[in-house]
Amino acid sequence: MAVLAHAEAGEIAARLRALALPAHQDLRAPENGLVMLRGRVGGDGAPFNLGEATVSRAAVRLASGEVGFGYTLGRDGEKARLIALCDALVQSSDFSGAVEREIIAPLREQLMIRRKQVAAETAATKVDFYTMVRGEG
Amino acid sequence: MYVAVKGGERAIENAHRLLASARRGDQSVPEISLDQISEQLGLAVDRVMSEGSLYDRELAALAIKQARGDLIEAIFLVRAFRATLPRFGASEPVETGAMRVQRRVSSTFKDIPGGQILGPTFDYTHRLLDPSLAEGFVPEAPATAEASTAPTPRVTDILGRDGLIESSPQAEEGASVGDLTREPLNFPADRDLRLQNLARGDEGFLLAMGYSTQRGYGRNHPFAGEIRFGEVEVEFSAEDVGFAVPLGSIELTECQMVNQFKGSATEAPCFTRGYGLAFGQSERKTMSMALVDRALRARELGEEALAPAQDEEFVMSHSDNVQATGFVEHLKLPHYVDFQSELGLLRKLRREFTDANAPDAMKEAAE
Repeated sequence: MAVLAHAEAGEIAARLRALALPAHQDLRAPENGLVMLRGRVGGDGAPFNLGEATVSRAAVRLASGEVGFGYTLGRDGEKARLIALCDALVQSSDFSGAVEREIIAPLREQLMIRRKQVAAETAATKVDFYTMVRGEG
Repeated sequence: MYVAVKGGERAIENAHRLLASARRGDQSVPEISLDQISEQLGLAVDRVMSEGSLYDRELAALAIKQARGDLIEAIFLVRAFRATLPRFGASEPVETGAMRVQRRVSSTFKDIPGGQILGPTFDYTHRLLDPSLAEGFVPEAPATAEASTAPTPRVTDILGRDGLIESSPQAEEGASVGDLTREPLNFPADRDLRLQNLARGDEGFLLAMGYSTQRGYGRNHPFAGEIRFGEVEVEFSAEDVGFAVPLGSIELTECQMVNQFKGSATEAPCFTRGYGLAFGQSERKTMSMALVDRALRARELGEEALAPAQDEEFVMSHSDNVQATGFVEHLKLPHYVDFQSELGLLRKLRREFTDANAPDAMKEAAE
């Protein structure tokens, strides 16, 4: 599900359209709010408050009863609703396979391609040290 | 004190209209988009997010546009916006050791596991203005190389294994995390509150404070143990879900300063540390923050605290540029009554001065 938080709402929506969706309703309409982001002293010590981030959340219930929650960074409430819908769908035995196959897997692949590209560009800036030979022997 | 004054409504309205026009500038020049600001003025966006204390690139870009590029004004706008939203809670602390590193350098060890990675940096550029950037510049595609899958542990963790550096202070069981956006600041303040204050503090102020320690006002012999920039995942324990849900990733810069060692009859000497963490690629900010964090630990480490950077009340009370600009800029607001009373007093004093000196002057004239 982490993959969905990294995708754009439009990408999730486009892939959801390929599925024959069951009846569902908003359990919690999309809303925007804040989450205080925490770091740790020294990276691994006691937590401290670093600063907030905008977050959207929503909850969706399928007619068959499954409840899904959607949380994501940013103010795109529709994205949170789509994540909640996917979360509800993966809990349904009728849809979990299709959601993994049609939505999550291809989005994961796209994410990995983007990350690999960044990693490859980063790797090219790694320093190779060599020692200058000083004088004779 | 300043008092409410009536009048000037039309002047104010027209001034704001003029501001809107001045903000847009010459309308034959294309308007700048939020994407352009976010993509091409990315470090300004990072600074507004850090000091506005709100991670949202689009909002920060909008604030920069609205503020005509005045970053402190933009930070002010972001802080005001933040106050309009409810808080869902606090994230799990981010794991910077698991950062997808895009830059990572150490000035203390040449051969660190995972290597020295320069990433997109101004370091080693010649600082010569580049006329080719003026228009129509198309950069070369970045070079690529095979990425290593080796972990990139924090340099301080490596030093820590041999006990050469103090370990990070751990939270006491059940201790709450201080939040200066919720409770008024009291002194002495704990490290969590100090780091929160510094993380949202003005980069220029922290830079000057950090610099002052290097110049001898609270010297603490720093080495940049490690600076890293990249993406970390954010997780949030949502009450309704019942477990930690992924929120996505954010970009962070982290600086670990390694500082002069301390020891005692009972403790073996080891290096001490200062810590910096900020949103986006904010290297100068995190380095300055780490220097000041270390300086503010003077009391805890039994050092004489004589320099401004070691005085937590001084540093924490003056680091916030929204508070600072509010108080400085309020001097522009009408102070007519205040000033009238000062003027009255001054006239009285001058009369007294003239009266007191008049006989002398006449005496001199007579002689």
